Amino acid sequence: MDDLLSEFLTETSENLSTLDVELVRLEQNPNNPELLKSIFRLVHTIKGTCGFLGLPRLERVAHASENVLGRVRDGELFVTPGIVSVILQSLDRIKGILSELERTEKEPDGDDVELIDRLNAIAEGRDSGEAEAAAPEAPPVAASPPPVAAAAPPAPSPGAPSPAAPAPSTPAPSAPAPAQPQASEVIIVEQAAPLARIESPPPSEPPKASPKAAAGGDDHSGLPAGEAKELASANQTIRVSVELLENLMTMVSELVLTRNQLLQIVRRHKDSEFTVPLQRLSHVTSELQEGVMKTRMQPIGNAWAKLPRLVRDLSIELHKKIELQMIGADTELDRQVLELIKDPLTHMVRNSADHGIETPDARAATGKSETGRITLNAYHEGGHIIIEIADDGRGLDINKIKEKVLGSGLASEADLDQMSDQQIQQFIFKAGFSTAAKVTSVSGRGVGMDVVRTNIEKIGGTIEMKSKLGRGSTFVIKIPLTLAIVSALIVESCGERFAIPQISVVELVRASANSEHRIERVHGTPVLRLRNRLLPLVNLERLLQLDTEKEATASADAFIVVTQVGAYTFGIMVDRVFDTEEIVVKPVAPILRHLSLFSGNTILGDGSVIMILDPNGIATATGEMTAMSDTPVGEQTATQTARGDDKVTLLVFRAGQGGPKAVPLSLVARLEEIDLASVEYSNAKPMVQYRDKLMPLIPIDPSIVIGSEGAAPVLVFTDGDHSMGLIVDEIVDIVEDRMKVELTSDNPGFMGSAIIAGRATDLIDAGYFLQQAFGDWFQAGGARQITEQEARKRVLVVDDSAFFRNLLTPLLSVAGYASMAVGSANEALSLLEAGQQFDVVVSDVEMPGINGFEFAQAIRSNPKYADMPIIALSSHSAPEDFQRGRSAGFTDYVAKSDRDALIGSLAQALSMSVSERGMA
Amino acid sequence: MSELVAVSRNALARVGDVEESRQYVSITIAGQQFGIPVLIVHDVLGPQRITRIPLAPAEVAGSLNLRGRIVTAIDVRTRLGMGRRSADQPGMSVVVEHSGEFYSLMVDAVGEVLTLSTREFERNPATLDPKWREISQGIFRLENQLLVVLDVDRLLDFSHSEAA
Repeated sequence: MDDLLSEFLTETSENLSTLDVELVRLEQNPNNPELLKSIFRLVHTIKGTCGFLGLPRLERVAHASENVLGRVRDGELFVTPGIVSVILQSLDRIKGILSELERTEKEPDGDDVELIDRLNAIAEGRDSGEAEAAAPEAPPVAASPPPVAAAAPPAPSPGAPSPAAPAPSTPAPSAPAPAQPQASEVIIVEQAAPLARIESPPPSEPPKASPKAAAGGDDHSGLPAGEAKELASANQTIRVSVELLENLMTMVSELVLTRNQLLQIVRRHKDSEFTVPLQRLSHVTSELQEGVMKTRMQPIGNAWAKLPRLVRDLSIELHKKIELQMIGADTELDRQVLELIKDPLTHMVRNSADHGIETPDARAATGKSETGRITLNAYHEGGHIIIEIADDGRGLDINKIKEKVLGSGLASEADLDQMSDQQIQQFIFKAGFSTAAKVTSVSGRGVGMDVVRTNIEKIGGTIEMKSKLGRGSTFVIKIPLTLAIVSALIVESCGERFAIPQISVVELVRASANSEHRIERVHGTPVLRLRNRLLPLVNLERLLQLDTEKEATASADAFIVVTQVGAYTFGIMVDRVFDTEEIVVKPVAPILRHLSLFSGNTILGDGSVIMILDPNGIATATGEMTAMSDTPVGEQTATQTARGDDKVTLLVFRAGQGGPKAVPLSLVARLEEIDLASVEYSNAKPMVQYRDKLMPLIPIDPSIVIGSEGAAPVLVFTDGDHSMGLIVDEIVDIVEDRMKVELTSDNPGFMGSAIIAGRATDLIDAGYFLQQAFGDWFQAGGARQITEQEARKRVLVVDDSAFFRNLLTPLLSVAGYASMAVGSANEALSLLEAGQQFDVVVSDVEMPGINGFEFAQAIRSNPKYADMPIIALSSHSAPEDFQRGRSAGFTDYVAKSDRDALIGSLAQALSMSVSERGMA
Repeated sequence: MSELVAVSRNALARVGDVEESRQYVSITIAGQQFGIPVLIVHDVLGPQRITRIPLAPAEVAGSLNLRGRIVTAIDVRTRLGMGRRSADQPGMSVVVEHSGEFYSLMVDAVGEVLTLSTREFERNPATLDPKWREISQGIFRLENQLLVVLDVDRLLDFSHSEAA
């Protein structure tokens, strides 16, 4: 094809997808001149290029649209949905012609008189655009035979779309819209990835645009869609074919493997002269890998670009008011992954709009705002991308699902009775399942969530869902950043090594016959008690039929790889665990593709080939549905998705009388075991020599007498130079849980009781014990280096959690500050207004009512407090959070329950403000 | 390379019509000589470290690393329904390409490359074991013995052979 023409096609498809987004934005903010200008410019560019290349038909359509836009720009017309619809229609027409142009290198025959007349009528003010384009439009490009139609997947739905249903994918705003342009839109959406089945294409296959056009439309190099004003920066980029990048990536993957291999060899030969150059090679390789990965990265906004239009069209068709909110559109991920999730995402947004969001009347009736909201949120989390799709619609109706499950025979009533709501909700991921009462043109055909799940799992991702009736549903997709190189845990079973992708591994547990973690059997099925839960175990040996002769009894000692697939957690029993390794996933030979337990194979650093286990396959092979009832799934997903909750890692131990006790792990400096024979007494107080210092030992209850022989576990709390040991009977576990003090305690040393890991647990007040140990020393003075000035600093603590207030107050007093704690920003502000003097404010960020950011802004707005240091405490400590905190006026931003950081930050903030004041 | 395979197959189809000479790598399994068209042979390997693949068909011995490529090893003895090789015999492998993938065919021994005239070529005897007839393209009459021409495409197509 002519270079000029192909360049034009690529550029125009890019411009068109930008236009789609911008037009919808324009409709929402009709008075944004910036947006209008940008749209006008884009249409103008298309028109200009068409004229230059001698494409009269395109030029005429573009020209007519430009006319209308020009009128709008000049203020002679106002933006109405009608006008936008007609302009979108003409863009669709342009797309249709373009795809034909791409195929035949000629403009197709036909004319667009109807459309142009309509546009002209609008431009001249004769038509408001509101009247629907009822006139039958000549199908402009339909003359072309569908050349690739056979290759397109047939509509696979069990309940096939009724023939009367209009083309389901992109309902045009004006009902009897021309089939052709609409279909071309479908192509662009669908062709982008090979997952087109989700879309369930319309029965009559439109001619397919060649993949190149589609790719061109979607792959614009790194430019976030909809940011047309940034187009100027395009000069700084060059267009490189995707194929070239793919090749580069493959080569780099091989290089990484070879590097790993070399490193392994050199490790065996000490003092080799290769060590230094190899180190250098290793660095360069890593940087190269990173660089090449970056070239493949694209903002997820590219995959979202079509969604505003989709939601707009849907809302008109379904007579709903829907607002689409997109957060984190610039989150980058590998383009291969991007391509693969594009369709599942589109499908899920469509689902949310169709099933999730109610009609305005229904919403008003339940007291919600008429406008439903779909929120897309993407962010990075530990080498993965998390995408959340949330709607505030009607949520999933458990009873409806139950009916449906029973009706389709997926489970029996007895099974259902034993399942939690969360487990029942998972049925929507089963094939042939749809809760939509009626089949609409949009969704409800029962192909859907299972395909979405399959596709996401295919790329090593997971999908979870939580839903509340009447409150909406949230889907959380977790996918690896890139498919090319993944981190994997290498394990051994029966002398064979296997790789397990790290993304699915939750933790490792060592089980042996006489330890706390012991494999037990229920009718021969191995299970493990893990933190008050029964974890189903999978015997890898037996599953893979590695050694049929060996008796199962031999496996009392094993490593358990706790693996999570969706909401299902299970343990894989292996003999040995090696370290983790970066591996390049290679597909297995075609003759082995049927083995669902493996997702691929790879070459390890030592040159041997290793099979990569597929946790999804294992879960399916070992009966996910039946095993699911063993796991309190709700708990798992809730803790994973509810990010706003204060989750704290707690150390649970036993000491003295009563039930288990707990203390936040972050307060504990170390866990030690001391020999009781080495305890010495000074001034009748027990202490022990610890790291060349004397460390006082405190029993949890003064009445407890410390024994004189044997060993006792000790929790070491450190404060400045001093350490103090709390003697306990037994350390039980470390759990991550939400901390909600249910009952407060009058007993000194105890903060109250909370339910932790399902048991009533006393929370101890570490500050109290610190004071007990050091109280005398402070009063004696000198031991602690607190300057006079610091000693009297007043700290205002604002936190809605009573627990944190109780935790911080003693801590601060031990550190030498006078502190006052209040439960809300309002209280704090009124204290400040009342003239209370504080030197520094420490505030939580997530609070009901006025949140931390607003609080900081409120303080800063008062000139009196412009210089007062404000320190934010938050459980979110991503760089963006820091940034946001800083811009809101916080002096520093400290992760919640990082005690040392808080004390350090306080000292720094105070010394800074002192020195500033000194200079002023 | 797959084109080459196609070429050699076409050539074989014409065998018998015109006199031609073709080259084969000769291999031995349990005393029987086989020939593999030389053009599809990539490598000849000695004993290799092979990773077992659990649950794979019995014919698949495992996979191995051939200069950074993962190659699937096929135990030709099992494929042909012969017993396992005795442990003291190390064996050798012939690496062939089949629709873009490499396969390592494990055999007892690899001999020389033979240039054979199509005049010596015979069709499979009708009485041949069906399992063998499936993978044999025909037989060359050599001076001292017979050489079975292996049809590699069929050899690697397990769908016809019963799962062991």
